[in-house]
Amino acid sequence: MKKLLIAMMTTAAALSMAVTAEAADKLKACWVYVGPIGDFGYSYQHDQGRLHAEKELGDKIETAYLENVSEGPDADRAFERLAREGCKIIFGTSFGFMDPMVKVAKKFPDIKFEHATGYKTSENLGVYNARFYEGRYVMGQIAAKMSKTGVAGYIVSFPIPEVVMGIDAFMLGAQSVNPDFKLKIVWVNSWFDPGKEADAAKALFDQGADIITQHTDSTAALQVAEERGLKGFGQSSDMIKFAPNAQLTSNTDNWGPYYVERLKAVLDGTWKTDNVWLGIKDGAVELSPFTNMPDDVKAMAEATKKKIADGWNPFTGPVFKQDGSQWLKDGEVADDGTLLGLNFYVKGVDDKLPQ
Amino acid sequence: MEITINILLTIATAATPLLVAAIGELVVERSGVLNLGVEGMMIMGAVGGFGVGYLTGSPWLGLVAAIVVGAVFSLLFAVMTLSLATNQVATGLSLTLLGLGLSGMIGTGFVGLPGVRLPDLHIPLLIDLPIVGKLVFGQDPVFYISILLIFAVAWFLFRTRTGLTLRSIGDSHTSAHALGIQVIRYRYLAVIFGGACAGLAGGQLSLVYTPQWVENMSAGRGWIALALVVFASWRPWRVLAGAYIFGAVWIGQLHAQAFGIPVPSQLLSSLPYLATVVVLVLISRNKRLTMMNTPASLGQPFVPDR
Repeated sequence: MKKLLIAMMTTAAALSMAVTAEAADKLKACWVYVGPIGDFGYSYQHDQGRLHAEKELGDKIETAYLENVSEGPDADRAFERLAREGCKIIFGTSFGFMDPMVKVAKKFPDIKFEHATGYKTSENLGVYNARFYEGRYVMGQIAAKMSKTGVAGYIVSFPIPEVVMGIDAFMLGAQSVNPDFKLKIVWVNSWFDPGKEADAAKALFDQGADIITQHTDSTAALQVAEERGLKGFGQSSDMIKFAPNAQLTSNTDNWGPYYVERLKAVLDGTWKTDNVWLGIKDGAVELSPFTNMPDDVKAMAEATKKKIADGWNPFTGPVFKQDGSQWLKDGEVADDGTLLGLNFYVKGVDDKLPQ
Repeated sequence: MEITINILLTIATAATPLLVAAIGELVVERSGVLNLGVEGMMIMGAVGGFGVGYLTGSPWLGLVAAIVVGAVFSLLFAVMTLSLATNQVATGLSLTLLGLGLSGMIGTGFVGLPGVRLPDLHIPLLIDLPIVGKLVFGQDPVFYISILLIFAVAWFLFRTRTGLTLRSIGDSHTSAHALGIQVIRYRYLAVIFGGACAGLAGGQLSLVYTPQWVENMSAGRGWIALALVVFASWRPWRVLAGAYIFGAVWIGQLHAQAFGIPVPSQLLSSLPYLATVVVLVLISRNKRLTMMNTPASLGQPFVPDR
């Protein structure tokens, strides 16, 4: 019995060595996610990007990922572990991974690191981000066209620049169609709590909004819209299956093309550190098919999308701040630095930004 | 008027999972067992309910599955703490961690699929009554079950002999044992009942509240249910009141925000826990109150001498 066991163990060891040896020829690419890949939102989309890369590059690469890695000291360990396990390029997908990645990148100069939504770069650490606000501008226009009450509801998580940017872009889009458009905002203090999101959606509908949008991750709000026969927008993923009659479009993150591009660069040795903010024109921000709206609204949305893809920035003056003072002069375009630190509303938003 | 009714309906949906999970845990704690695994059992119920509902297309089967999954999962806790006399706090916590991880694994294939929704029970004619019509006769099935559960548990604990026995076990398992009461058997049944309730609460989440499956969708409701039991000082009717107070505060602040009244929503999110701390302080100041309601042997392992 003992002999058999030993024999089995040796075989197993030999087998596992064989696997590693074979794997050495491939490029090992690794991902670190802040949430579960089953969130059907932010981390899910990054994982879809990973799968896309796997499909595109086939047996040239092998991938691995760690999910549910909390921001902070735990992240240090996660990145270091992946680095030691032979990953040649590591993608960290949350803002809070920034300092851990800077630290680990210094320790492993031969390994490439890519950080989503951050701003610190080095020789072997690049950053990438997506201009989600571009999609939100289009959604704002659609909302203003489609709303009968002239009021939309907006469910939000935390007052960080990314979220404020989305609200402002949505409002500017809506105002370009209907200058008197109203936006009701509810903070739920959570990225992810389907129950709370559903409650917030009900509250907003009860108070006269007839279109809902959200900067939280679940499909709950959209499902409420479906139940009530009203309209709404998806977030992060295409949520049409959850709301076939309610979803107008969804602001979808599409990281696949970027991952493929960067992995190819590593494969042919041209990888260099970068700092990119991708938008609709790069295919990183996608609006899922415009549905449940008349043709003229669809045409308008398509036109705006094209205009943005051609390089027009939704944050182009004249734009006024909430307090009435002018932010952007006629024709002036907001610079990326201001946008990435955005902490005020534009005129017309009926809410006080929590500080 | 319409808006008031809608607000009340929203509150009922938000309060029901808290209420169901808490009433189950109340029975468990009344028997002298502290099961901190509510969150884990709830999320297992949610994934089980969603899965079966989705695969069979029947939300009713889903609901039954949620209850069964919760009960079976709690059995693990019962075997560990009751038969093997492990530490209840540690075992309960690991049950929660296990449930959160396991449900995520089981549910991988269910992510991004639209679920089935348990239909509201519309009682004909009565639902057309003004005001009370929709509130009393047009809710989802779990709402009615939750109210029935409160009645049943209150009656069982304080009006039946078995209930009295259960409470006496919670107060002193050694005395109960000396009287020839089968402590372990009672506790097994109590823990399984608690598990079934937590599973039902989970099923409500994935079949009524938000018909979908996503990881961690219980989002801490199991912990609020645990807090609620203490908040209610182990009295069934106070659980009902507490669940609806917590629900009302939460929904109220959402409406206040939508109305444009600035409210510190972070503070209100922590309210259930704050309220529980306050209640704990109040009841621990009054010796007699503590003696009357707190199960005295709560959390202590029981090993009968053989």
